[in-house]
Amino acid sequence: MSEVRVAGVGLTPFGNTPERTGRDLFAEASAAAFDDGDVPRTDVEGVFYGNFMGELAEHQGHQGPLMAEAAGVHAPATRYEAACASSGAAVREAVKRIRTGENDVLLVGGAERMTNLGTAGATEALAIAADDLWEVRSGMTFPGAYALMAQAYFREFGGDHEDLAHIAVKNHENALPNEKAQYQRAITVEDVIEAPTVSTPLGLYDSCPISDGASTVVLVSDEYARDHGLDAPVAITGTGQGGDRMALQDREYLARSPAARIAGEEAYADAGCSPEDVDVAEVHDCFTIAEVLAIEALDLEPVGEGITAARDGRTIADGDRPINLSGGLKAKGHPVGATGASQIVELTQLLRGDHVNSEFVSDATVGVAHNAGGTVASALVHVLEVVE
Amino acid sequence: MSDPDGIADAGFDDWLDALAEGEAYFLECADGHGSLPPRRVCPTCGETSLEERPLPETGTLETVTITHVPTPSFENDAPFALAVADFGPVRLTGQVVGMDLEDVEPGLTVRPDVGVSETTGERLLVFRSQ
Repeated sequence: MSEVRVAGVGLTPFGNTPERTGRDLFAEASAAAFDDGDVPRTDVEGVFYGNFMGELAEHQGHQGPLMAEAAGVHAPATRYEAACASSGAAVREAVKRIRTGENDVLLVGGAERMTNLGTAGATEALAIAADDLWEVRSGMTFPGAYALMAQAYFREFGGDHEDLAHIAVKNHENALPNEKAQYQRAITVEDVIEAPTVSTPLGLYDSCPISDGASTVVLVSDEYARDHGLDAPVAITGTGQGGDRMALQDREYLARSPAARIAGEEAYADAGCSPEDVDVAEVHDCFTIAEVLAIEALDLEPVGEGITAARDGRTIADGDRPINLSGGLKAKGHPVGATGASQIVELTQLLRGDHVNSEFVSDATVGVAHNAGGTVASALVHVLEVVE
Repeated sequence: MSDPDGIADAGFDDWLDALAEGEAYFLECADGHGSLPPRRVCPTCGETSLEERPLPETGTLETVTITHVPTPSFENDAPFALAVADFGPVRLTGQVVGMDLEDVEPGLTVRPDVGVSETTGERLLVFRSQ
């Protein structure tokens, strides 16, 4: 089985660029990845692309070939859709393909254009990741769904909005030097508490922004990297995927995400490592409570204790195990189809030592990416390691 | 019937009709797992023999949020209380209506009913304090 190397990575800035088309965003990110990886476009054998709301935002289906064309690649292309975990799913399928030996070079990534829909339109578009009949028609929004999970968490394990606020403060702090981040602005716990309420207990600053952006990685086989003398020290050594019932109401637990636990256990076993080995993680903090559920599901914090991790400093940049050094979805932004692959981009740079926040994890060799779809009915986890 | 052309969603709209008539039900498989329509297979165990059983008349609110920023379909309804209520064999998600928002809290006993969105006039699942 071939090892899968990350040869090149690319991101657009994440932010508010309503006029930019998805194809233009993906073209920019892929050009950056080809430049970074020194891999010729002509060697690419397939494009694995994640996107969620293209039909609603751009009246554009069948985006795979469109994005291959935008990237200047002549190869078969398929779009993967798993709500906000779309490009995490694309990464997993590409990893598996290279491992089989069928392909040596794949372009993987995602793009999302959202801000052209406006806040109300984007809220409606995101809601289609929930069960239309049994959730959305009752008025569920995504902030509403995560708010229900937060309230259930408080009830089961304790904690309050102030604990959550520390997560937002931490992730904004991490994003300060990240030029790709949507928000390079420090906030305080008071800012979070006093921000307008979206869905109790979650306010505006507990929520990730609506974002436009794209991300890409060029994945290659170990053999290709060696034969072409590539400097690609980071490998994706573990992949895992978990699923759950679609509607929150049908889950056994309202304050846990078993799909992410399944995905994490599979990814750790695949990589031959354990949670104790993890030096740094990028997790899917679409809302502050989501970071709590993620680090507990990944066994980076005991169940019921993740709520205090940011407040007590364990997950801050200077802490034992920094979480979301990129700024996370919260501050970096969340162009949903691009998010999963963007986590691979940020982690690769953190582990290579060329990320703006690499200084906080200078000895790191193992990183984990956690990408969630819906209220975690889909979960993708990847382990990245420095293999030299 | 939220489709623009007014075509019903079989199973779901039938269930709302039944609820409106005081005959709400859930589906039970031979192993006793509860689920909601439309459904041909028990999502828990794969059993294909599903029987309609009366939904318990009341449920208990398990988690509650007050939504201030809604989707456009509920623009004029916000703020509203959205809750997941436990009815034993199944849980349901609905808006808690007919009481002050600040009084809506977990543990409250509710009965399900069919309400109407103030924004669209569409039917929706609501809970009323028992």
